[in-house]
Amino acid sequence: MHLPIIRWGKPYESLDKVHIHHFETGEPIATVSQAIGGMVRKDLLQAKRARAALRQIPAGELLERVKQAGELYANGVLPMGDAKQSPDDFVKQQSASTGMPESMCRANLEKNKFVLVEMENILLSLTRGLDLGVLGRGFGEERGVPISFQAQAPVLGAVLPSNSPGVHTLWLPVIPMQLGLVLKPGSSEPWTPYRVASAFFEAGIPPEAISIYPGPHEVGDAILNGCSKAMVFGGQETINKYKNNPGVQPHGPGFSKIMLGDDVVDHWRDYLEVMVESVVKNGGRSCINCSGIWVSRHGRDIADALAQELAKIEVRSTTDPKAQLAAFTTPKMADAVNSMIESDMSHPAVEDMTAIYRKSPRLIKQARCDYLLPTVLYCKSADAPAANKEYMFPFVSVVECPQDEMIERMGPTLVLTALTDDPSLKLDLLEAIHVDRLNIGRVPTSSLNWLQPHEGNIVEFLFRNRAYQTA
Amino acid sequence: MATVASPAGSLQSKIHHAKEELDRHLREIVAWHFSPDTGCPFWLEKAKQLRINPIKDVQSYEDLPIFGHFEDEWLRGGPLQRWIPRGLAGKPTYVFETGGTTGIPKSRIAFDDFRTDYELFSKTLPEEFFPMGSNWLMLGPSGPRRLRLAVEHLCQYRGGICFCVDLDPRWVIKLIKKGWHEHLEAYKDHVIDQAISILSAKHDVKCMFTTPKLLESLALRLQKGGSSIRKMGITGIFSGGTEFTPQWNKFAHEELLDGAYMTPTYGNTLMGLAASKPSGQADGYKISYYAPQPRAVIEVVSFDDYTKPVDYGQTGRVKLTTLTKEFFVPSFMERDEGERELPYDTFPWDGVSGVRPFHELAATTTVGVY
Repeated sequence: MHLPIIRWGKPYESLDKVHIHHFETGEPIATVSQAIGGMVRKDLLQAKRARAALRQIPAGELLERVKQAGELYANGVLPMGDAKQSPDDFVKQQSASTGMPESMCRANLEKNKFVLVEMENILLSLTRGLDLGVLGRGFGEERGVPISFQAQAPVLGAVLPSNSPGVHTLWLPVIPMQLGLVLKPGSSEPWTPYRVASAFFEAGIPPEAISIYPGPHEVGDAILNGCSKAMVFGGQETINKYKNNPGVQPHGPGFSKIMLGDDVVDHWRDYLEVMVESVVKNGGRSCINCSGIWVSRHGRDIADALAQELAKIEVRSTTDPKAQLAAFTTPKMADAVNSMIESDMSHPAVEDMTAIYRKSPRLIKQARCDYLLPTVLYCKSADAPAANKEYMFPFVSVVECPQDEMIERMGPTLVLTALTDDPSLKLDLLEAIHVDRLNIGRVPTSSLNWLQPHEGNIVEFLFRNRAYQTA
Repeated sequence: MATVASPAGSLQSKIHHAKEELDRHLREIVAWHFSPDTGCPFWLEKAKQLRINPIKDVQSYEDLPIFGHFEDEWLRGGPLQRWIPRGLAGKPTYVFETGGTTGIPKSRIAFDDFRTDYELFSKTLPEEFFPMGSNWLMLGPSGPRRLRLAVEHLCQYRGGICFCVDLDPRWVIKLIKKGWHEHLEAYKDHVIDQAISILSAKHDVKCMFTTPKLLESLALRLQKGGSSIRKMGITGIFSGGTEFTPQWNKFAHEELLDGAYMTPTYGNTLMGLAASKPSGQADGYKISYYAPQPRAVIEVVSFDDYTKPVDYGQTGRVKLTTLTKEFFVPSFMERDEGERELPYDTFPWDGVSGVRPFHELAATTTVGVY
């Protein structure tokens, strides 16, 4: 199978190609044409045409087509480069190139489908009930008041990751808002953007609204520098690089956490299930997976109980429905992560609670891939370097910290599940500006309500609410 | 009855003669640089250190390894006089620099090499696209650069006037390293503004030197305004840089040049300029470079043993040798790698294709405007 570059809907075969192989067998799965930065910069000269093509289609009709695309994405046999792809092919190919268990790939397929099919409700929520025609037209009236929303870019650029096929839900609402898409897929996960684009095209979305540029870093740079609104997925370095750039929405480590208030912490066993699910779901690879559990007491007991649960997880074949761990397919990555954890553990306040329950070392090296077994660290103090770390596998630090210091010391947190009934603590949490998504009660950090904004409202990122008057 | 040599036989004969000429030229250059009357202090001293008698010991190109590898660090700092051959003493001397974004740059002296190299290169330019008498635009680095003067000389040699821009490549590298993207874009715009001013000023500019990045920026700026490189009157471009991949070459031909002719080149301040074999759709836009032998030699050598050329078509590190009376650079390991190419009729000696940053150094190499 060959995946071409998609330039405003038109396939382009590059002289530069990379091969994607099965992470275990080495068997070739696909060749992918590689773009160059200049190609992106040239095509962006025509970006306005993407929005113009989408604005030809009434918002309601566009939503219908997106809904249809959702069904096709999940159930259809779709053109994929020079071949066809069924949903089963998709799951197998995605699993083979990323090392994710097939069950997780299937779950993410359903997640993306859900967002596409429920797009009308999602946009209704994100726009707080705005008539979507206003986004295309630019102006309208609401409750007798003139309103105007101005698109800040004709297209959204997105530099996408390879680690979790679930994050694609973030850019799916862009097409129904009548903005084009300029995507750079992750090197080992081209499948989702290509399949979504294919489903969109089959459902009647204008091909000239979407470009896909697989390629090296310079292609990502060209997208981020050339699109006046873009999102990028990467590590903490990427976040730091773009955090003050209003044109770029960076997504990286979430440092998502669970905290137990002093009012409930003595009953911590009641919340073990929420903790395990938050850490383990989706192979622990997402920014919404819990990487820190903060408590004022019982930390060691909680860490021990979690360790016993997580140590039951073992390496299984990606085709095994019970598989819960993803393979590390990038050479030396698992070694590097393992070394970082070992380094974190040199602090006297840190203890690896899983070590005594694991039947093998944390790092399992196989012929063509590696695995890291779930790891629970107990941090006696929030000063330990391990207190605020996130890695791409089921990893969590149980941190002991007095409740009155907790909110400040836990630092930026994408999803916080607070287990408390303390009204005063709840109020403080509502005011904590470094917490993005706040769950009060037994909601796993990994359980997202798609009707709510995630790391900023995509509508507010792409549109500006401004004054508009006519004589 | 007279026999007609087969093309292959003819090429073999050319290869043989080229090698003979290289060896003869090498002996002449070595005799020059290692004779106390004509050589430079650096090499005379080096021969003593190495305890060799190059005039006797070096009879063919295969003897060159007795000098070891030329280290470009030797070029950092003064006094530059140590490089001036006594046989050329008193002639007006140029100094050209390379690097220098931070710290002391590497310097080489020159008298006429840049003129000679570019006069030889001039012969490879097709008249149809590079008409004699045409004016040129040098859309490349200014300052203490060999390229700046060489392109102007090339233009003058061909009977034209060369227009230049101000472009400080060291500042560009600093902007990249600092991550000052907005400043980088602004500086690029500043350079392109200068180019557009020249091209719009009725100077009848038909030919241009530029780098791949600047060519792209110029072409896209013109396209944005509904024009093109060709529409601005440019018919011929020579360009160079390690970003010159076949895919970039294809992209440029199909989407930037609008019918203007472009020839890639490969070179540096030490070696001079390697021309390229004509390429296009038929050969997958492959770019193969050939040094101006016998004045310079390109080899593609094993990553494990820099004295051993790789087989044709195989990948290795690029090794450069410069053999002129002004400058003797034996076996310099370039920061590039590529594939060894077969000799052909126009250049009956080895070439290199697929030139890209040497993989062991690529992560530390910042590609600026070149």
